[in-house]
Amino acid sequence: MEPVLTKFVREPNSFTLDFYLKHEGYEALKKALTKKPDEIIEMVKASGLRGRGGAGFPTGMKWQFVDKKTEPRYIVCNADESEPGTFKDHLLMERNPHLLVEGCAIGCYAIGAKVAYIYIRGEFLHVQTVLEKAIEEAYARGMLGKNLFGSGFDCDVYVHRGAGAYEAGEETALLESLEGKRAQPRNKPPFPAVVGVYGKPTAVNNVETLCNIPSIVARGAEWYAALGPEKNGGPKLYCVSGHVKKPGVFEASMNITLRELIEGHAGGVRDGRTLKAVIPGGSSVPILLPDQLDTQASFDAIQKAGSLLGSAAIVVLDDTTCMVWLAENLLHFYRHESCGKCTPCREGTDWLYKILRRIERGEGQMRDLDMLQSISNNIAGRTLCAFGDAAVTPVLTTLKHFRHEYEAHIREGRCTLPAEWRARQPVGAH
Amino acid sequence: MSFHPKMAYDATFHKSSRELEEEGPEFAYTAQNRARFDEIVKRYPPDQRRSAVLPALYLAQYQQGYITANAIRHVAELLGITRADVEDVVSYYTMFYTRPVGKYVINVCRTLSCAINGAERVTAELSAKLGIKPGETDASGTFTLMEVECLGACDRAPAVMVNDAWHECLKPEDVPRLVDDLRARGERALSGCFHVVEKT
Repeated sequence: MEPVLTKFVREPNSFTLDFYLKHEGYEALKKALTKKPDEIIEMVKASGLRGRGGAGFPTGMKWQFVDKKTEPRYIVCNADESEPGTFKDHLLMERNPHLLVEGCAIGCYAIGAKVAYIYIRGEFLHVQTVLEKAIEEAYARGMLGKNLFGSGFDCDVYVHRGAGAYEAGEETALLESLEGKRAQPRNKPPFPAVVGVYGKPTAVNNVETLCNIPSIVARGAEWYAALGPEKNGGPKLYCVSGHVKKPGVFEASMNITLRELIEGHAGGVRDGRTLKAVIPGGSSVPILLPDQLDTQASFDAIQKAGSLLGSAAIVVLDDTTCMVWLAENLLHFYRHESCGKCTPCREGTDWLYKILRRIERGEGQMRDLDMLQSISNNIAGRTLCAFGDAAVTPVLTTLKHFRHEYEAHIREGRCTLPAEWRARQPVGAH
Repeated sequence: MSFHPKMAYDATFHKSSRELEEEGPEFAYTAQNRARFDEIVKRYPPDQRRSAVLPALYLAQYQQGYITANAIRHVAELLGITRADVEDVVSYYTMFYTRPVGKYVINVCRTLSCAINGAERVTAELSAKLGIKPGETDASGTFTLMEVECLGACDRAPAVMVNDAWHECLKPEDVPRLVDDLRARGERALSGCFHVVEKT
């Protein structure tokens, strides 16, 4: 498939307005402004575009649900990209920022909003600089501001910088953070489409989702849907990292398989090593095993295989990876990032981490395994947001597929993998 | 080890047990920062000035190096919210410092993709070279070492962030050279983000 979103990202000055205009930039916005807002929403629905942030919810439906009777309405772009293994939005915003600006403007027009906020994570200051420059250029040349292209439609886009909180990637927590509070999730319903930022109807969309909008408007819903398998249309960005030779962001249709992505695009696992496991959608999803590599990397196919496509962050693990260590590493992450609002998650992630660390150090007991299971079951489904489910997944999935490694740690009183394979090698080993 | 300087996870971990910020010297924005603040506040609806609390705190932190009780008071007054509201935010987000940090804050990403590519060794090398443990600042106030969770540079692991700039693909054996380079050339020593193709 010819890249749609990342076609020009490696070209010099691809982030400038002049470059963007030379490649049909803002034509989709002009076209959108000649149509009725409802027509745009219908078009996005027909394209089958599904949210690229993780949940895969149809974007057209989300826009349709936005309460059109209440003013004002808002678009909030989720650029908090913090799921471990995900780095696609970073590339889009840094190398093709006008695509996002155009997507925001069309989104605003479709749901009748006048303001879009782009909530970008605090660690992306260098990306924010590029994005703000692009917005400034767009204002100066009439692509943003008052009365766009003589249509009478006004649109403002602002960048809002976060300050280091994974939980701000959850849509209601993001809205709280945007309102100047702690990034903690709200109870749902009401959903943001009805009660969003400042209590007003809000559509919260991922960066990549909004970047798909201009091409749908420009080339049509049928073209877009035909790019991938049924209900999984359009181009998709995959982030491949971990034990591969050529990690990176790869754009493909969702017809592609995990094997093509890992062995083709990413160059396969390092020489002399064999594949042990694949996390197909960021740290919050169950792992897949080497015999599942021929699974199509689409939302539906990965779900059928027992995992989730999530943010399409594919982390490849070879045979040097200790799965108990992996769970410990990820639970350290979840313990640190738990926002503390719901007790099962705040306290449970700490317990899980402590038990995993005990086992990894060789001080565990067999009954710890039942304890891990039991704590996990008491977190999942008992929290306001999906964080709780995400946090227990690394534990449950490694226990399910690699229970023998946990048992070996406990039996032998140490990690049974050769010491030189371990990530934590002593200083001065080189 | 937690990113937040005040949290000692291995002792008694609880997010609500924290010291109050130190009073610090008198604080008010410089004229330039005040103008910047006034401009930022306009992005939000007039009755939602509170939205500007994160940018306002960043301005204070860039001006003074860290957030003090006096800075919190100043921000609260400008936004028309209580000091408790601002303190609530400061204590939650990991990118605000509530005590002095070094000239260069080295944040090593410790999450999965960086970890399996040797992040722990990067931290250990930095620790050995600088003579400080994660969470500490060296005696000269030049370097602070931190371990942070996923930076979102997983394809260029291991990644570190020094103040607000990135350095990617940092091999453990290159750590001593990077530290010397930082001392000599400042942030110009950093590779930045590899997507930038225009850089000469």
